[in-house]
Amino acid sequence: MNKIISKEYFSANVVKFEVEAPLIAKARKAGHFVIVRVGDKGERIPLTIADADLQKGTITLVIQKMGVSSSKVCALEVGEYITDMVGPLGKATHIENFGTVICACGGVGTAPMMPIVQALKNAGNKVITVLAARNKDLIILEEQMRNYSDEVIIMTDDGSSGNKGLVTTGVETVIQREKVDLCVTIGPAIMMKFVSKLTKQYEVPTLASLNTIMVDGTGMCGACRVSVGGKTKFVCVDGPEFDAHQVDFDEMLMRLGGYKEMEQEEMNKIINN
Amino acid sequence: MNIAEERAQAWREELRGSMKAKERSSIERVHMPELDATYRSHVRNEEVNLGLTPEQAVQEAKRCLDCANPTCMEGCPVGIYIPKFIKNIERGEFLQAAITLKETSALPAVCGRVCPQERQCESKCIHLKMNKESVAIGHLERFAADYERISGKISVPVCAPHNGIKIAVVGSGPAGLAFAGDMAKLGYEVVVFEALHEIGGVLKYGIPEFRLPNEIVDVEIHNLQAMGVHFITNCIVGKTISIQDLEDDGFKGVFVASGAGLPRFMDIKGENLVGIMSSNEYLTRVNLMDAANPDSDTPVYKGKKVAVIGGGNTAMDSIRTARRLGAEKAMIVYRRSEQEMPARLEEVKHAKEEGIEFLTLHNPIEYLGNEQGRVTHMMLQVMELGEPDASGRRSPVELPGVTKLVEVDEVVVSVGVSPNPLIPQSVKGLEVTKWGTVVVNQETMQSAVPIIFAGGDIVRGGATVILAMGDGRKAAKAMDEWIRK
Ligand SMILES: Cc1cc2nc3c(=O)[nH]c(=O)nc-3n(C[C@H](O)[C@H](O)[C@H](O)COP(=O)(O)OP(=O)(O)OC[C@H]3O[C@@H](n4cnc5c(N)ncnc54)[C@H](O)[C@@H]3O)c2cc1C
Ligand code: FES
Repeated sequence: MNKIISKEYFSANVVKFEVEAPLIAKARKAGHFVIVRVGDKGERIPLTIADADLQKGTITLVIQKMGVSSSKVCALEVGEYITDMVGPLGKATHIENFGTVICACGGVGTAPMMPIVQALKNAGNKVITVLAARNKDLIILEEQMRNYSDEVIIMTDDGSSGNKGLVTTGVETVIQREKVDLCVTIGPAIMMKFVSKLTKQYEVPTLASLNTIMVDGTGMCGACRVSVGGKTKFVCVDGPEFDAHQVDFDEMLMRLGGYKEMEQEEMNKIINN
Repeated sequence: MNIAEERAQAWREELRGSMKAKERSSIERVHMPELDATYRSHVRNEEVNLGLTPEQAVQEAKRCLDCANPTCMEGCPVGIYIPKFIKNIERGEFLQAAITLKETSALPAVCGRVCPQERQCESKCIHLKMNKESVAIGHLERFAADYERISGKISVPVCAPHNGIKIAVVGSGPAGLAFAGDMAKLGYEVVVFEALHEIGGVLKYGIPEFRLPNEIVDVEIHNLQAMGVHFITNCIVGKTISIQDLEDDGFKGVFVASGAGLPRFMDIKGENLVGIMSSNEYLTRVNLMDAANPDSDTPVYKGKKVAVIGGGNTAMDSIRTARRLGAEKAMIVYRRSEQEMPARLEEVKHAKEEGIEFLTLHNPIEYLGNEQGRVTHMMLQVMELGEPDASGRRSPVELPGVTKLVEVDEVVVSVGVSPNPLIPQSVKGLEVTKWGTVVVNQETMQSAVPIIFAGGDIVRGGATVILAMGDGRKAAKAMDEWIRK
């Protein structure tokens, strides 16, 4: 049981929580995630640890309402408890001074990118963050990103904020403008697929943080498996970050769609009740 | 008292004399009452075996000849005093029978249900030498343990006064639970750390309710709690806290019982298609997450044409679960013949009664899917048994060019597990085999890092509940001696 200490809305569908978890706060590094479960009948879902406060013994989670389970988490209020939370899971991001790094994120990928941007900056990198969303209202964490990035490029589909276009347009502009040593991308699988395709053309090494379906998060089930360089890997223990150019994104997209119908049914049930 | 002295006790002598051996061995072996096969293949949570009645148990106990040299005990990995507990049943002292079981076994109600008796105690029964069926030792074990539980007279063992020494256990499967119980009895302050949100290891997330009801495991857990054992769930040793943290926190010994939780896949084409999963994933969804319950948020496929690859207990549990979730066609695909199947005999029997098809001497070589990436077919290679190898086992060889295409909409891969690498990876100096199992001294279960002892599947690879439990007990005894020194 982990108590919720604070709750803040970034937008109607994006919530930031501070949650009591002293052991996890102490052990976590950038790139780690937790598995949470809300209620006795709840599902176990992975959430990236966005930040931690050692003094308070809390971790920060940023959650976007997507399906049944993320909605249940978002519905929790200050003083209530997350039924189960385990972590930190996964491999921490490998941080060093690479030189110039592009952090390309969008949608659900923005929150998990936050700690990586911070860590990269602290390691002395020049960090250029490309933040993408459908429109102005869906841009989150812009302030925070600015604090830790040398430059923030906002991309929206409709041009309501920053530049009009997709995340790839932003990334390409930077690559054409200066030498980029590394690109890190987190977001919907389809977005990462196209970022990866682009950076491959320009031969910019790229890491993608994959958000597959998970159950236990400890390597026990294989629900999270993906093909990387032709080999099956478990995202929860071998990842979540992989060499994007080696990831079979088409297979990943297909596997992500696996439970879509069932999820939709569940959502309908909830909406109709 | 040793075995001979026990056997020489007046009540045992008298009981032996009360019936001729010939009469005893002419009694037919009892049939375990069970749920009707058609009914049970559609209900998820009802236990198949219903348990013996007291009359049946006493009658079955009479079959035991109370041998001077009870070979059955040699067949038991933990050396349960088998004739003693059976004779207690025969004379109607059921609680005494349960107490006898607990002298050596920490989890008799569990082992009575899941041990491969036909390969252990029952395989050494004297009756077999006379071409009769062995005494139903497993059924009797279950009877005595259940009797005690249902009577409400479960005895919480007396614990030695607290010695103030803290001991950590990693993992709450049978090895961890057995170890925790013994250490608590010795007066230690025991804390069990469990990665999942539930206590019980494979007993909870793996073995289904229709074979081992959670209630049985929960009783054992409550007993441990009553003895002062502390459980911390959602805590991964090696991630949330390190072994070093535990040492710094004053823990004087650590027992690693983290199991063999890593699923193996076959690395064949199409294995990552949607609808193909490990048995661990399938069973975890259904058992741990209760996914087949409409109220549960966790989804699970309910395939109509399901294949499970493998021939072990896990495979049987998976296919019988699929059947219960509505599979019209439920198939076991196994590359050897039925004789080589590692599953318990009873599980194979139950599976067949429930309409499971057995495709033995078949091995999947490829899966095919549709545009959405969902599995639609499996390509099976037909096998035959070749010449016996060095171990005397006939290994399967491919029949060149003979393949079979079979329609499926769900496949569960159940071809074995590997040790959980979390602890081995996170502790320096731990000796590990090439299979990833932790190396320990066989007598003491102590590892190369003195404060760390280990047992169960993390040491043996995928093994059995009774061996895991036996390791836990052995380790408790040895760790206690080591700490006293
Ligand atoms: C489906 C299935 C059916 C089976 N049927 C039978 C049967 O009929 N008869 C039989 O004898 N055997 C059977 N077995 C095998 C038997 O269950 C195992 O041999 C036995 O459970 C091993 O016990 P264990 O205590 O070593 O590990 P487990 O029961 O695997 O328990 C290990 C526990 O440790 C936890 N853990 C792992 N790493 C960490 C960590 N770093 N920190 C904290 N916790 C951790 C895990 O979450 C798990 O709960 C079956 C196995 C399966 C999967
Ligand atoms: S989530 Fe189960 S193995 Fe990764």
